[in-house]
Amino acid sequence: MPDGAAPVLDVRGLKTVFRTRGGEIHAVNSVSFHLKRGEVLGVVGESGSGKSVTMMSLIGLLPSPPAEIRGGEVMLGDRDLLKIDAEELRQVRGAKVGFVFQDPMTSLNPVFTVGMQIMEPLREHMGLDKQQAEARAVELLQLVGIPDAAKRLKSYPHQFSGGMRQRVMIAIALACNPDVLIADEPTTALDVTIQAQILELVKELRQKLGMAIIWITHDLGVIATVADRVMVMYGGQVVEHGPVKELFAFPRHPYTRALLKTIPSITGHREARLQVIEGQPPILNATPTACPFRARCPHAMEICSRENPARRAVDAAPLGHGHDVACHWSPPALHEAAHA
Amino acid sequence: MRDTMTEPLVRVDDLKMHFPIYTGVFRRHTGDVKAVDGVSFSIQPGETLGLVGESGCGKSTVGRALLRLYEPTAGRVVIEGEDIATLDPEALRRKRPTMQMVFQDPQASLNPRMTLSAIIAEPMVEHTSLTAEERQARVFELMDAVGLNRRFANRYPHEFSGGQRQRIGIARALALNPKFIICDEPIAALDVSIQAQVVNLLEDLQDKLGLTYLFISHDLSMVRHIADRVAVMYLGRIAELSPRDALYAQPLHPYAEALLSAVNEPDPNRARRERIILKGDVPSPANPPKGCSFCTRCPKVFARCRVERPELAEVQPGRFVACHLYTPDAGQTGASGVPEHNQQGASS
Ligand SMILES: Nc1ncnc2c1ncn2[C@@H]1O[C@H](COP(=O)(O)OP(=O)(O)OP(=O)(O)O)[C@@H](O)[C@H]1O
Ligand SMILES: Nc1ncnc2c1ncn2[C@@H]1O[C@H](COP(=O)(O)OP(=O)(O)OP(=O)(O)O)[C@@H](O)[C@H]1O
Ligand code: SF4
Ligand code: SF4
Ligand SMILES: [Mg+2]
Ligand SMILES: [Mg+2]
Repeated sequence: MPDGAAPVLDVRGLKTVFRTRGGEIHAVNSVSFHLKRGEVLGVVGESGSGKSVTMMSLIGLLPSPPAEIRGGEVMLGDRDLLKIDAEELRQVRGAKVGFVFQDPMTSLNPVFTVGMQIMEPLREHMGLDKQQAEARAVELLQLVGIPDAAKRLKSYPHQFSGGMRQRVMIAIALACNPDVLIADEPTTALDVTIQAQILELVKELRQKLGMAIIWITHDLGVIATVADRVMVMYGGQVVEHGPVKELFAFPRHPYTRALLKTIPSITGHREARLQVIEGQPPILNATPTACPFRARCPHAMEICSRENPARRAVDAAPLGHGHDVACHWSPPALHEAAHA
Repeated sequence: MRDTMTEPLVRVDDLKMHFPIYTGVFRRHTGDVKAVDGVSFSIQPGETLGLVGESGCGKSTVGRALLRLYEPTAGRVVIEGEDIATLDPEALRRKRPTMQMVFQDPQASLNPRMTLSAIIAEPMVEHTSLTAEERQARVFELMDAVGLNRRFANRYPHEFSGGQRQRIGIARALALNPKFIICDEPIAALDVSIQAQVVNLLEDLQDKLGLTYLFISHDLSMVRHIADRVAVMYLGRIAELSPRDALYAQPLHPYAEALLSAVNEPDPNRARRERIILKGDVPSPANPPKGCSFCTRCPKVFARCRVERPELAEVQPGRFVACHLYTPDAGQTGASGVPEHNQQGASS
């Protein structure tokens, strides 16, 4: 994609708060990112760091109450998704933005067959008749590697394995060739061979259809394989963001650096004990006034507990377009620091 | 043979689990999904057996049948010398605390109307005589162990992220100090640091309490870390069962080889090794191919593979492979000529 092309999706300063009996939970704090046509943005981050809540907020999928979107803009083309009405949003969700949920069992309806659930958006948003929809549904199931697709249209979700349900979700999300696909841990239940097949499919779709993709995962191997850029979240914020190669080669944020050290390898030396990031994630009960990582950070300084660091560019590109980090500390230059 | 030295804690002989398929308005029985079709293995006390393989190959079904959450179609499951299939309901209930499962789908096992604390304490209410205070103390201990903040104790499941919910399931499974735990993709939804934390925890518990695990996972690097031996399944059967280091150094079964070659390197700047891309559709477990079930996709397939089904046989000390590349061609099955071992099962 030529740089400077208008993004398909542009999220600015998104803030989401849950109001619970135990008080407020500031799950998403001023999150900004954009996505261009045909681009894959990988999202990684600690469990509970706000990845899913961010994406659900974008397309109005969080029940309110308890969720409350306190600020920000979500521009899809020239529409702000936070401002449009429920009906328009429903149309956008079916046809423009595809979504693969983290938990396939809760998003598939147990009382309808898998086939009915794939055909529904095809009939509603693409105007296909029953026969066409069925043919397309079989095609979609084949694309995601479900054997005997025609027969299995009649199965119910509980008759599918975990990974098969996840693939059904992917098929549904892809059904209407959306402009933007948001995939939340879409391949966690899949083995590596099928994962590879899905990743190939995704690469093809973005090339052929220019589909832009947000891919949330804990699997850094998957990120390394599919993503153009990576966004790292911690404590409801974006703590680091950049082109995938640069970010892996020279991670700047202490959390990212620790994260990259925790991955066990399939080759080479087998560690007796796996590395962990010591300490607990932050409790997000108010807008943070300090760095959320400070209690676990080996580089924490006095300023870190006074001031929540803003994102700053670490290369020549404008903020959000190159490599940036939200941290008061600067790592030593690359030759001393790589994989240290 | 190690099995002659110690009795295995878990022993599975020729386990089969077929799900009937009904079609048409009259719901005629027209076939079976052969989710598990003749699986045999044993697990020693204190050992971790990894179970890997393609999505839909039958791993979760093996796990569920082992705990008799399904009634197996055929075969035997012996745990601590007792045949699980023949236990009456009361005996089974007494046995339950010693065997636990961490489910692949945490949602399914968490009651949405119970607080986290109540969910973790529930098995203790049913199976122990601990007082409410003792239970609460144990709940906190378990929450610490899986890295859940104590301040979350009174929250409900929907208030947690996917990874947090998975840890609630793990804490609950550990509540009764079980001897044998089946972990079905226990860490897939967790970030790497918490994955590491949970795996370290499982290993610590194993060292301290001598726990035995069946560890089902797609994450081959994590399996390499935790498992002593690894079983690779394909379409309801075991393709290879080998000690960890031997398998990762040199997989023998062509499917195991393809599987290991497909792992994504977590560093885009590092060259990856040659990936074997499998061609062809995954066959349906309702209608597996004749001969070797991998013959439709195997890069090394030859004539014999399409007619004769290879049986699991010990082809190197401690390594069991179901592939004709390793068995002499004499028209025989694995039962003759090849060294017999009780892993082969079906000997009783
Ligand atoms: N309905 C809710 N009520 C209250 N808090 C919630 C609710 N849903 C999510 N949260 C909280 O918001 C935070 C962010 O959750 P989110 O699901 O976005 O995490 P995540 O980054 O997707 O984590 P994971 O990797 O585990 O899926 C968590 O601390 C979670 O406990
Ligand atoms: N209750 C059921 N009724 C009918 N078929 C079933 C049932 N449960 C599982 N199956 C089928 O059995 C096969 C094996 O399923 P299983 O859940 O054991 O796979 P798995 O190896 O755990 O896969 P995954 O890695 O995707 O979780 C699949 O083809 C599935 O559709
Ligand atoms: S801002 Fe300070 S505490 Fe936060 S990550 Fe950077 S150095 Fe660590
Ligand atoms: S028996 Fe034949 S088809 Fe099966 S794995 Fe071996 S070589 Fe491949
Ligand atoms: Mg999530
Ligand atoms: Mg499974």
